[in-house]
Amino acid sequence: MSGAAAAQRESGEFGRFAARFMEDRVALIGLAMLVVIVLAALLAPWIAPQNPYDLARVDIMDSRQPPGAKAGEGFVMWLGSDGVGRDLWSGILYGLRISLAVGVLSGVLAATIGMALGLLAAYAGGRTETLIMRVVDLQLSMPSVLLALILVALLGKGVDKIIVALVAVQWAYYARTVRGSALVERRKEYVEAALSLGLSHARTVFRHILPNCLAPVIVIATVQTAHAISLEATLSFLGVGLPQTEPSLGVLISNGFQYMLSGKYWISFFPGVALLLTIVAINLVGDRLRDVLNPRLER
Amino acid sequence: MAAVLEVENLATHFALREGLVKAVDGVSFSIAPGEVLGLVGESGSGKSVTGFSIMGLVDPPGRIVSGSIRLEGRELVGLSEDEMRGLRGRRVAMIFQDPMMTLNPVLRIDTQMIESVLAHDRVSEKAARARAAAALTQVGIPSPEERLASYPHQFSGGMRQRVAIAIALLHRPALIVADEPTTALDVTIQSQILAEAQKLCRESGAALLWITHDLAVVAGLADRVAVMYAGRIVEQGQVDDVLDHPLHPYTKGLIGSVPSGAMRGSRLAQIPGATPSLGRLPPGCAFAPRCPRVIDVCRVTSPPESQREGRRLRCHNAEPAP
Amino acid sequence: MLAFIIRRLAQAVVVVLAMVSIVFFGAYVVGDPVWMMAPGDATQEQIEEIRRTFGFDQPAHVQFLRFLADIARGEFGRSYVHGSSAIGLILERMPATLELAFAALVFAILFGIPLGLYAGLKPDHWFSRAVMAGSILGFSLPTFWVGLMLIMLFSVMLGWLPATGRGPTVNVLGVETSLLSLEGWRHLMLPAINLGLLKLSLVIRLTRSGAREASLQDYVKFARAKGLSQGRIIGVHILKNILIPIVTVLGLEFGSLVAFSVVTETIFAWPGMGKLLLESIQRLDRPLIVAYVMVVVLLFVTINLIVDILYSALDPRVRITGAES
Repeated sequence: MSGAAAAQRESGEFGRFAARFMEDRVALIGLAMLVVIVLAALLAPWIAPQNPYDLARVDIMDSRQPPGAKAGEGFVMWLGSDGVGRDLWSGILYGLRISLAVGVLSGVLAATIGMALGLLAAYAGGRTETLIMRVVDLQLSMPSVLLALILVALLGKGVDKIIVALVAVQWAYYARTVRGSALVERRKEYVEAALSLGLSHARTVFRHILPNCLAPVIVIATVQTAHAISLEATLSFLGVGLPQTEPSLGVLISNGFQYMLSGKYWISFFPGVALLLTIVAINLVGDRLRDVLNPRLER
Repeated sequence: MAAVLEVENLATHFALREGLVKAVDGVSFSIAPGEVLGLVGESGSGKSVTGFSIMGLVDPPGRIVSGSIRLEGRELVGLSEDEMRGLRGRRVAMIFQDPMMTLNPVLRIDTQMIESVLAHDRVSEKAARARAAAALTQVGIPSPEERLASYPHQFSGGMRQRVAIAIALLHRPALIVADEPTTALDVTIQSQILAEAQKLCRESGAALLWITHDLAVVAGLADRVAVMYAGRIVEQGQVDDVLDHPLHPYTKGLIGSVPSGAMRGSRLAQIPGATPSLGRLPPGCAFAPRCPRVIDVCRVTSPPESQREGRRLRCHNAEPAP
Repeated sequence: MLAFIIRRLAQAVVVVLAMVSIVFFGAYVVGDPVWMMAPGDATQEQIEEIRRTFGFDQPAHVQFLRFLADIARGEFGRSYVHGSSAIGLILERMPATLELAFAALVFAILFGIPLGLYAGLKPDHWFSRAVMAGSILGFSLPTFWVGLMLIMLFSVMLGWLPATGRGPTVNVLGVETSLLSLEGWRHLMLPAINLGLLKLSLVIRLTRSGAREASLQDYVKFARAKGLSQGRIIGVHILKNILIPIVTVLGLEFGSLVAFSVVTETIFAWPGMGKLLLESIQRLDRPLIVAYVMVVVLLFVTINLIVDILYSALDPRVRITGAES
């Protein structure tokens, strides 16, 4: 097949896939939400009324103001302000950046590691496979929150450590899925044919086996990224996640907790809504992707 | 003698997103007490839907849109679900195709039989159990007391179908609807079950509607036969008459496609073309596109039902009389 | 059956060993517990003294072997913070956690199965659609935030239920429980709902897909053809079939409820072992963390065994193959 024909076939497949995705109204809403959220996070420095971490611009007199109050600088704090006088809306926009970055980065790393190990297991077989899959089983048998807690307990605080912990709880899902699909693909005739034609093993894996494992990986990736964002927020809320210098949504919610019992709900509430909307949007997209790509997913 | 079951102009349609499917479209027949009617047709001809319509078990999007079903003189169409439930299992029972699927795998045989008794009769559990055991004996299952305590997966397919028949017979119904009950079984078991079913119906006087795609089964079992095609009965009459001298070209084609010893060496006939999709039937006679005897009028108007030589027939250009 | 149990136990030992090694070496590499134990104004000599007493001056592998030997004797060391036996502290807190997890599971089943059945049997009804949309939300909601919202709504705004603590407990056969007093129930309510919501969506989805699948089976149609009432068909024929996967999954999920109780217990100040773990993590109390991991892993293994036994009790087909092999 010529390159152009292949490209055409792929674009045709993508078009069909996109059309099927669009059939579902709820998924479209989810996708729209996700686009807005990502844009808001990327453009935070330009759309936020205040840089909440520029100490010169934060006024302690503005602290714990209810939604709609006017800040000392003159703009309206539609979502109120937090305990030290930062505009909550600005804080959320900046927090989204950190939450999304941590979630996506850990997802990409976990996917890379997991796929590499999964492919290795499927392709190498024998003891290598047994060893890798044993570790996968071991990891999957532990609830993710517990594993992450113990890891951060051992590693300590910090962005890098949180990412390590998040990667550690995610990679096994990718490894298991990729190995499953790769085993199926490997047994297919075209792979045998490719090998018998004298194509190199690396080429066989990357040109033939890997592309056919991508559908389930994409589905896993959406679900896992949502999960990672939620888990990071949980750890940060518990005080064992990101430090105050990296105020993700979880940190914001945690900071607001102490004011909740005195009725100042908004400090925790609005960052929580932002977190919730993000996760729901990703899950809605993921749900539809699962239906459209229909991979052989376990559970 | 009054008929046990009279079906008149029954129409059961399915409103699907792709369009209206007329699975059963103007079917009429009747069965006398103790009589066996074979309802023959290819899959998708509407024969099973006919059976389920009689049972009142057509689920949405399917619906009986018109016609009448009278069981022992009582009109069933329009009965409430509760009234229908009171008849099901008591006056009309059903046997399904796959005995592997009809018995609940996680419930013991006694549970499934006793609940059937108690669904209609206020008797003690002990009495119900005795009736269940008796019914198992009746269908030729040895040591029924022991068997009652088993689970379905401990039975062979033939045994399970016997249990299903025993359940159908528990309340001595006036009518039994059997939906391809032997199709899923081995040939040797098939004939045993056939003989058994026939004997039990004769003994209990129940009428039997035997739905099948297998003409050989009908030949050995039924008194009368009705041939269904695309939601309609195209020919019905005494089984020997119809099988020996089919008048409808479809019946003839169906008989021709059954291999038999007498035709050894000769070429097996087959009906050209494929069963039409019920959603997109041609105007006129549904069989016209495949019919060897098709004439112009067949493509325009659907043939009305006519009486000929003791049969009911829907054809513009039937085979000549023998 | 015996061979099966032995294999299971062997697997469990491997899991326990692996987890303990990871925890031990992690703790050794990262933190120096001496600083946690010594008073703030301790002299260098005092610190060395502590180091020697607890054996922290030995090389890592020596410490590890000694540590393993201790575990084999059932000795998990003393909490650096509390000074008492680590395993004793964990076991003391365990009933509260199990009570909470159990209440959460009961909540998830009590609400999840009826809702799931309804959604599965009437998939086109608006209520079913609402339930399913809600279950997507349930999957997405982070537990800790739901906990905050529950407190905000029911404790702060409405003032109906208490937000913290376990309330008065009653001692039954040596185990403290809050299930025997109204006040205890009031305290248990919010944490249990918080933790149970996590599994509610799962129960709804499992029940729904099971009910949808089962309701299309011939045995359901046959049951209808027998003239059985709708109640008996749903309550016996369908429910018994879908209970098998639900029990299996929920049994395994009980472990994750225990794990997630770390979050719920922290929010609601529920005095269970999850809250203890978090405090230990914040204070680098290594013996407590190790003891917690051991207890939870053992709990998981026990749960898995119980689930397997329950599974074979529910599904007659499994029972038979088990007897034959």
